[in-house]
Parts: sequence; structure tokens; C-alpha cells
Amino acid sequence: MSERFTKGMARNIYYGGSVFFFLIFLALTFHTTKEMPKRDHRENITESVARGKALWEDNNCVGCHSLIGEGAYFAPELGNVYDRRGGEAGFKAFFNGWMKAQPLNIPGRRQMPNFHLSDQEIDDLAEFLKWTSEMDTNNWPPNIEG
Amino acid sequence: MNTLKYQSQAVAKPYFVFAMILFVGQILFGLLMGLQYVIGDIVGGLIPFNVARMVHTNLLIVWLLFGFMGAAYYLVPEEAETELYSPKLALALFWIFAAAGVATILGYLLVPYATLAHITGNDLWPTMGREFLEQPTITKLGIVVVALGFLFNLGMTMLKGRKTAINMVMLTGLIGLAVFFLFAFYNPTNLALDKYFWWFVVHLWVEGVWELIMGAILAFVLIKVTGVDREVIEKWLYVIIAMALISGILGTGHHFYWLMVPEYWQWVGSIFSAIEPLPFFAMVLYAFNMVNRRRREHPNKAATLWALGTSVMAFLGAGVWGFLHTLAPVNYYTHGTQITAAHGHMAFYGAYAMIVMTIMSYAMPKLRGIGEANCNKAQVTEMWGFWLMTVAMVFITLFLTGAGVLQVWLQRIPESGEALSFMATQDKLAIFYWLREVAGVIFLIGLIAYLASFFITEKKTA
Repeated sequence: MSERFTKGMARNIYYGGSVFFFLIFLALTFHTTKEMPKRDHRENITESVARGKALWEDNNCVGCHSLIGEGAYFAPELGNVYDRRGGEAGFKAFFNGWMKAQPLNIPGRRQMPNFHLSDQEIDDLAEFLKWTSEMDTNNWPPNIEG
Repeated sequence: MNTLKYQSQAVAKPYFVFAMILFVGQILFGLLMGLQYVIGDIVGGLIPFNVARMVHTNLLIVWLLFGFMGAAYYLVPEEAETELYSPKLALALFWIFAAAGVATILGYLLVPYATLAHITGNDLWPTMGREFLEQPTITKLGIVVVALGFLFNLGMTMLKGRKTAINMVMLTGLIGLAVFFLFAFYNPTNLALDKYFWWFVVHLWVEGVWELIMGAILAFVLIKVTGVDREVIEKWLYVIIAMALISGILGTGHHFYWLMVPEYWQWVGSIFSAIEPLPFFAMVLYAFNMVNRRRREHPNKAATLWALGTSVMAFLGAGVWGFLHTLAPVNYYTHGTQITAAHGHMAFYGAYAMIVMTIMSYAMPKLRGIGEANCNKAQVTEMWGFWLMTVAMVFITLFLTGAGVLQVWLQRIPESGEALSFMATQDKLAIFYWLREVAGVIFLIGLIAYLASFFITEKKTA
């Protein structure tokens, strides 16, 4: 086998196989981006949601929390926190109070810093988390705890 | 005793030395984070967890990049059988990259992240605040400049010299690294698109083009320490990286399961990523086979140990621990738990930290003018470092896996209402986190032993 199977053949499998599967990957990516609007509800991305995403990034929230399972695993999942903490009826009130109560200073407990956000900024962040919670994530997470 | 084939290979040395300095920083911040997992307020608000984590992961990425660059500057001239095109450019880029890296890490530590984002103009071109891509946009641009200069230097060297398979694979891997990094500059407002294309950097790096770099470095060291025919080594290098890319490219789908994408990704991702362990298994067979068929007894036993070790640990960390949670029905419960952290630790250590230490182990005695190998005492100390770090990493992985399994059991599997909350679950995992921290301290001791081996000199006995 080692005599008949040459380095040239191995090289051709490498180049041919990689190019072939990369093209399939690109085709699936193209199809996926066409399907995405049905699932991400991008029509609901308001100015406020956009500002909220910028705040999410500028404060490195993903350095402790996960968002749809991606990020750090030090603090709770926030992709569905809107549903977990009151939804339409109570989330915004809860969230405003929560952000202002930080740091909780409970001895030994993991501490969330206070980011000194204005009421407008807290509202933008809430809008971003609301929009995120409404995306179609193929039914993830398995339960409300995230 | 100067045993360098080409004097310009010497530029690799500062890259390797600086990589090790960053490695120490990475481990220290890792230990701090490990403590924060169990004593949340251990340093008060001085170094928030998100800052420590950013420093830990960014130092890892940057020291691996320094290691890859050092490896390239060492092996490309030797493979091409010619001097490096421009050693001056290589040294200039070293200082630029090192200064940018240090400035960025200091930025993380000295000012709040939002301030760093503001003063570096993130409003104008937002790319920050995404996992692993936390660097200010200006740092990212600097990385692109360094990468372009680096690829130009290597490309010109290869053009004027011998074009071996190892060099071609190394260069395509490095070009891929630079090209996929460009997706770091794409940060749309729509989180769904942002997340999808973020993986074009993260997955196509570590489960794609980085495997080419690892394969090329491993092949180079195996040729050197075993003396096995180049034709054989390069043929199997092609087979392994062919399997890596054929499985790994569509394997990207295993990150898409719970994004805003069609369900077919659950099939595509599961099937192709289930094949991802195969190239790593092949790498184990390959490394052990080549060492068994060796035609010479190389005096550098430590380098051979690293070469065998990296293949085994990459297979366990990337292959086995990756497979554990890669199938969509399993990943539904394990996604974003400590299982992911367990896999990440062993995979990065086994595949990438260890391959850098493999080439360093082989090249450093030559770069330092010691000769083919360090003295016996230095090698024994280096091997102590190898075993302490590697065994400690096995235990870190096992403890995090234990934490992850319990986390899934308490927080993910029960129905809403019965499942424990995230924070309540974390309290139950404390024993695993403490044990992980102990293993982390052992890892640090191993790292100290490893670094100490560089300072042991004695009359060469080998």
C-alpha cells in the first residue's frame, strides 16, 4: 500500500478535498444567510437594540456571561434572561434595579461590577436582550435557567 | 557550538523567549480566575473576572502566535535551504508585535474596558467586546500589518529556495490564519450574523488552519529527531491534514446548532465533526510509528518526548473531549457548560501549547549555541516540566468535566421549575473548582520546572 499510495496522491487528496468541502461550506453559508431573516427577526432591530448591542460589547459582558451559550461560564446565560426575569410584564423594572444594585457585595459571592449606565443605556441594553430572546435558536436552551 | 544551518534562523529566539514570558502571565491569570470561581470577591473589584479572563485567553492566543512565528522563522529557512529573506524585518516585526501586545494587555488591566473602547475609537469601527476578539480595533489592524510583513518575509524566502511539502503546508496554514482573521473586522449590528461569522475566525483557526501549522511543525521535528525518509513523513502529513480539513471545514456546523440557522446544520455539524478525532488519532499513530522506525538516536530526548506527547494530548483534548459533546443531541444539554471549558483547556494545551514547546525543545539548544541538545540534567528537568504540566492538565480537564456533568445534571436536564438556577448550581460545583485550582498550582510548578531547565548548564554529556 505504501508503495502504490504516493505522496503526490496524498497531496491531491489534501488540495482537492479541502477545496471541494470549502466550496460546499460556502454554498451552505450562502443558503443560511438567505434563511436567517426568518429566524433572527431583524426587522425588529431598532436604534435602541443597536445601541444595546454596542453597550454589550463596550462593557465586555461576554467576559463573564454567555449569550446563547457562547462566552464565559462565570455568570448566568443571558440569551433568555428576558423570559427568566419577568418578560413583558416585569423585565425592564427588574433589570434597572439589578444594574443599579451592583456590586452586591455579598461576602464570597462572585461580584458583578457597576457599569454606571444611565437609565437610557439600561433601557437600550434591555431592548437588546429582549430582541435576542425572541430569536429562533432551534429551541435552545433546554429550560428557563439557561 | 554553533549548529545552526542558516544564521538567520536566529531571529526565532526572541519570539520563543517572549512567548514563554506571556505563557507565565497566562497561567498566573488562570490561577486568579480559578480562585474567583470559588471566592468570588477574592481581589474585590481590583481585577474583575472579565478582565482576568480576557488577559488569560488573549495571552494564550498571542503567545501561540509568537510561537508559530518563531517556528516559521526557524524551520522555513532550513526547509528552503536558504537564508531568511530579511532578518531585519523579522526583528522589527517582533518589536512591533511585542509592544502592541504589551500595550493592549496593560490597556485591559489599567482602564475600564468601556474607556479602552472609547479612547481607541471603537465607536467609529466597532470590533471589540466579542469573545477572544476583545483587542482594540487598532491592535487588530496592527496584527494584520505584522501578519502581512511576516508572510511577505516567509514567501520571499520560499520563492528563492527549495519548496518542500512542509514549507507549503506551513505557509498555507499561516496564510489561512491571516485571511480568516479578517472576519474579526466584520461586526454587524445583527447578532445572528455577528455570531455566525465570528466562528470563521475562531473555528477555522483552531479546528482548521492551525492544524496545518501543527502538522507542519510536527513533521519537521519528526524528520529531524528520527531521520525517517522525508517522502514518508510528508506523505502522512498530507493524509493527516487532508482529513483535518475535510472534517473540520464542515465541522464548523457543530457551532451553529443553536444559532439562528436552518436545522440541517445539526446533521452536517454532527456528522463531520464526528470525523474530526480521526486526523488526531492518525497523528498519534504517525508520531509513534516514525519514532519506532527511527534511523538515528538523536541526543535531544526531550524534543522526542514533546513530539509524542503533543500527538497524544491533542488526540485526547481535541479529539476525544471534542467528540464527547459534539453530537447535536448531546450538545443541546452541554452547550456553554464546564464541559466546553474542559475540552478547551486540554485541546489548546495538547495541540498548540505543546507543539510550540516541541519545536522550542528541538530548536532552542541550537539557537542558544549549546549544540544538538541540552545537557542531560537540563533535559531531565525539562521532562519533569513536561510531565507535571501534562498530568496537571489531565486533572484540570477531569475536574472540569466532573463539574460540567454535574452542572448538566442539575441545571440543564430537569424541566423549568425543577432545574437549579445557574448560581445555585455553581455553589454545588465548588469542590470540583477547588480541585481544579490545586491541579492549576501543579501546572504552575511544572511550568517553573520547564523554564528552570533553560538555566541549567553543565558540560555536555550527550
